[in-house]
This record gives sequence, structure tokens and C-alpha cells, in this order.
Amino acid sequence: MAAPFDLSDDSVVVIIGTGAGGGTLANELAQKGISVVALEAGGRHLPNDYINDEWESFGQLAWLDMRTTSGDWRVSRDFPNLPAWIVKAVGGSTVHWAGASLRFQEHEWRVRTEYGDIEGANLLDWPITADEMDPWYAKAEEKIGVTRTGGRPGLPGNNNYKVFEAGAKKLGYTQVHTGRMGINSVERDGRPACQQTGFCFQGCKFGAKWSTAYTEIPKGEATGNLEVREHAHVLKIEHGEDGRVTGVVYADKEGNQHRQAARVVAVAGNSIESPRLLLNSASAMFPDGLANSSGQVGRNYMRHMTGSVYAIFPEPVRMWRGTTMAGIISDESRNDPARGFVGGYEMETLSIGVPFMAAFLDPGAWGREFSSAMDGYENMAGMWLVGEDMPQESNRVTLHGEIKDQYGMPVPDVHFTDHPNDVAMRAHAYAQGAAVYDAVGATRTMPTPPYPSTHNLGTNRMSEKPGDGVVNRFGQSHDIPNLFVSDGSQFTTGASENPTLTIVALAIRQAETMAGMMARGEI
Amino acid sequence: MTETRAVRAMTRRELLSSGVAAGAAMVVGGGFVASATEAWAMETKALQPATMATLIQMSRDIYPHDRIADRHYALAVKAHDEKAAGDPDFAKMIEDGVAGLDAAAAEAGHGSYLGTGWEIDRVALLRAIEDGGFFQTIRGGLVVGLYNQKDVWPVFGYEGSSAEYGGYLERGFDDIAWL
Repeated sequence: MAAPFDLSDDSVVVIIGTGAGGGTLANELAQKGISVVALEAGGRHLPNDYINDEWESFGQLAWLDMRTTSGDWRVSRDFPNLPAWIVKAVGGSTVHWAGASLRFQEHEWRVRTEYGDIEGANLLDWPITADEMDPWYAKAEEKIGVTRTGGRPGLPGNNNYKVFEAGAKKLGYTQVHTGRMGINSVERDGRPACQQTGFCFQGCKFGAKWSTAYTEIPKGEATGNLEVREHAHVLKIEHGEDGRVTGVVYADKEGNQHRQAARVVAVAGNSIESPRLLLNSASAMFPDGLANSSGQVGRNYMRHMTGSVYAIFPEPVRMWRGTTMAGIISDESRNDPARGFVGGYEMETLSIGVPFMAAFLDPGAWGREFSSAMDGYENMAGMWLVGEDMPQESNRVTLHGEIKDQYGMPVPDVHFTDHPNDVAMRAHAYAQGAAVYDAVGATRTMPTPPYPSTHNLGTNRMSEKPGDGVVNRFGQSHDIPNLFVSDGSQFTTGASENPTLTIVALAIRQAETMAGMMARGEI
Repeated sequence: MTETRAVRAMTRRELLSSGVAAGAAMVVGGGFVASATEAWAMETKALQPATMATLIQMSRDIYPHDRIADRHYALAVKAHDEKAAGDPDFAKMIEDGVAGLDAAAAEAGHGSYLGTGWEIDRVALLRAIEDGGFFQTIRGGLVVGLYNQKDVWPVFGYEGSSAEYGGYLERGFDDIAWL
């Protein structure tokens, strides 16, 4: 049963956030007999609560606390207070992820070496190798039940995939299939196979898609070693005179503040909230924020090079039926600088409903050019383009100088401007995406600009040397030994793959390391 | 529509005869705007009925869907009337916006926005104000106000919620036949 721990219990590991990183870490530690208090800013929503309605679900799940944006990115113009589309609930963004579960390619762990010095890019090799990650990836795939790994069958292709696959093959692409997905293709782990419902982004009503909300979290709670406190929004991490963290201050649902003592603190609030929390925890001893002797906290914000291509055909496609992300083309994910950019991108089918199509197809557009595209909705196919973007020191999360949140804490500002490499890659990806659909008779193709960020990465990055980043190869902060980062903010670079599998693999590995350090009395 | 209570006492003929034509498709009268051809009428709380009629036409000109009836555009802009009822500054912004549009239409020789007979001419009037707050308020409200009406989804072929039907596993998720 879920264990209640005392606020003054300083033997517990406090984990901030219950998504892919925090939720996985919480269960892994609980399984090892370690006491864990997981503090989740949102409430608990389970499959029965999820809503097959885009805006209603958005209101239920999305992180809507005040944020500001700056920089040249179009999101800042069209959605100035919505830099990211992520979830505020138990399970975090594993409630709305599409399920793509891809390993990094070997070279993507060492891109500074592979790509060389790219002007304006703050590239760095990860302090981990592909070989070292192999067994952790295998554990993550087993945990999630990733299709097309471990002998598990792939999902069947829906209409959107069939159009995509046919176009890809006509173009000569060879790495085309229905994806390695964190969605059951057969009943597994007490959860059914995919019912092709659509609405993967709104939470899977059948629980076929893996989410920590109904896998890791209840499994951890069943050990008696994990307590999840919902509506517990952490405001500040505190430390003692020895510079080690001692606990966290959080606000409950009513806004009352509490202090939970801690032996270890692991931050997993996604790449906007995690650096914000470290910066908001500044003290006399750490005036620039916790774990920030490098000055890298909040910097190198990455969001993947993204964009979409929607195409209209003479006949119906009905792309919304079935898995939202139903297949992948990986041919362009290689590093081939002859294309005019370093790194690569994946092409993945995507579907959004009429309400979100109206909001995101071409924000701000109006008139018949726009409405005629909407009129073609039933005959539309769609894909998302997701590639490696360049880390830049000036793309960063900072604390807003004036605006405060409901608890009186400075809100985050998210500053982003594309690197020229990102722009060149996007242009190539748009052209290839359109070519896929043209090959099977599209009568109109439309490049669609990036949505508010779903892949938020890099703002507490991992580095070999303390001067280059915030955390070491285990996600442990260079400055404070009992302070860890457990989410995508520890990514040194973003690779071209969807990040969840890597976040989960790193969390499993981190739990092993953390447990060893605790057993040896190092933390 | 559900907003017909106050005008239900009148017959449709009486209602229409009590108002004056607002463009080709609508009639406005004391506290209401009604369709000249469809069976709906809408009370107005704070905005002038002629203003609401203009907003409805303007909405169709912004997101023209020839297979969507006026009542959906009327529903989409109704929230502005409700907001105006509790926010005089907002009401003034809307009334001033419509007045400005009418003035521009008069200058162009059309009399008023609703009196501007051709879509191409009305769109030209809108292009001239598209960066302004009034236009962006109306356009921005339509993104959700129009496209999130479940009643209009069938026009786009969109089927909405599917979980209650067991998803599409047995209902055509892979039924494409023309490839």
C-alpha cells in the first residue's frame, strides 16, 4: 500500500515530477526498498477520466501555469504564453506522448566529435557511449513493452500509415514500418492491445499505451515504499551549511506551504520547470541558483527541429482513425552533411482532429486559402518531422523579471531562435515530406510550422567536465552530490529520436547508481 | 438555436416583419438578429443587433465554409455579446470596430459592411484591418468558437470521440481502398 512518510523524515528520496523520468525513477527505487516521496504538481487522472475531445482534454491535462516566451520562434508570436504542450498530472507527459520509442543512433552520443565545431552551436559529446546504454535501453524497452523489440509484434498500419508507406516506397525509402511504439500490439502487463481509438495525445482510454500514471506509479505504491503526493507544487529546494540539499518546500492544493525533508532530491519537472526550480532555489551560498557553478542551468534549451506536412488527396483518408503516430520513415535520420546540414530527422505519421487542425495548421491564417484546406480534412494525411536541433547557449529558460505565479515565484521565460542548421534541416524535411505525398497523388501539400514544444530538452545538461554542464554521467549534479536531475533536461544533445525511451533508460540506470551510492553511504 | 425564448411569442413572419434587412441573409430588430432564410434568431444582450449581424457576416468572410450554415457562425460570435454585457470597454472595442468597418465600406462606396455585396470586396476591407485588435479578437475567437462546435464536425467528415464505440479497430481504421 502507498506509504505515508512524515514531513520530517529525512531518510527519503524526494522526486519532483512523476513523468517518464520521475515516475520511472520512483518505481525503480521503491522496488529496491528505498523510501520515496514523489511530489506531483498536478492531479491524478486515469484512463476512465481521459476525454476523446481535444480542447476539453487540453483543459484537463495541460500545464497551463503562466509562462512567457521570447526569441524569433513563431510559437512566441502565435502562442506567447504556451511555449510547450506538456502535461500537469501524475504520469506527466507520458499521459499524452504518442508512444514512439526509439534508441539514439551510435553517433548521436558523440556529435561534437562527429559533426565538428558548428558555429553558434554549443555542441558537446555525451559522457556516455552507445555501448554503455545498450543494456539500459533493453530494460526500458522491456518495461514499456516496445513493439518490434524483444520479439513483440508491430502494430497494424492505419489509413494514415498506408498513404505514408506507399509514398515512402515510391520515393525509394527503405526504413519504413509501423514504428517501435510504447503501445501494446498484444495484451501485456495487464493492459489490452491497441484498439485504434485515436486520441493518443489525450490519454489512452484503454491503457494500451504505456504511461507511468498506471504502470510505474501503482507498481511503486504497491511496494509500500512510494508515496505520491498530488497537487504538490515544489517552489524551492533547500540546502544546509555543508551545501547539500536537505529538503523541499511545496505548495499543496489550497496553496498552503509545507517542507518535506530529504536525503536525496531528484528533479524531474520537464526542461522548463526543472531549471526554473534550480534558479528559484538561489541562496546566499548559491546566488545563481542550485547546481549552477557552470552557468549552464537553463541554457542549451532544445525542442527538436520540428514541423509537419499535411496533404490533401482526391479521395478520403480519415487519418484520425487509429494510432496517432502510426508509422515511421527513418531513412533521413542519418548524418549526411551533403544534404546541407548536420544530423538528421525522422518522419512519423501524425493526425490531429478538426479543433486542433484549426488552431495549428497555419496559426493566424484566414480566408479561403485556409478554409479550403480545412474543407479537405477528411481527405488529409499528415506527418510530423522531428530532427536533431543544435544546442545554443542563448536558447534558454530564465526567470521572468516581473511576472510571478500563483505562489509568488517568478515565472519562466522560454527564449528560442532556430540555428541555421535547424532552418536548413526543416526546409529539407518539408520538401521530402511533400514528396512522399506527391508520389501517391496529393493534390495539395502544406508545410505546417512547429507546434508548442512537446520535446523539451537540455536545460540541465550532462557533461564530463563540471564547467561544461550541470550534471555528471549519472544525472548527479556536479556541485551538490545529493541533488540529481532525472528528466530530459539532462540531455547533452537531442538526437533525432523522440526522447521518452532515452529518458526512461537513463532513469533506470540512475536508480541503480543512486541505490549503490546510498548503500555505500556516499549520499 | 436555444436563444429563441424571447422571440418565440412572435410568429416568424411577425418577427421578420418587425426587423430590417441586414445584408442579404439576416434581419435585425429590437434586441435580436435573425436569419432571413434559416429558422433561427438570437437575442443580443449588450451589442447592437446590427453589430452582431456584422460579426456573423465577418466570421463567414474570415473562415468561409460554404457548407456551414449561418447559425454556426452566429453561435461562434455569441460569446462576444456575453462578454460585452459585463465589460463596457470590450463592448466599445467591438462597436467601434464594426463602426470603423462600416465607415471603410462607406468610403469604398458600399454603404456599410453588410451592404457590401461581394465577398471579395468585404475581404478587402478585412485585409486592411487584419493586424488590429478588433479583427484579431474576432478571428481568434472563431478558431475555437467555430471549429470546436461538434455540430460542424460532420461537414469536415470528422467523427469525434471514438472510445465509446470501441475505437476503430473493427470500424475502418485501415479501410482505405484507393491506394
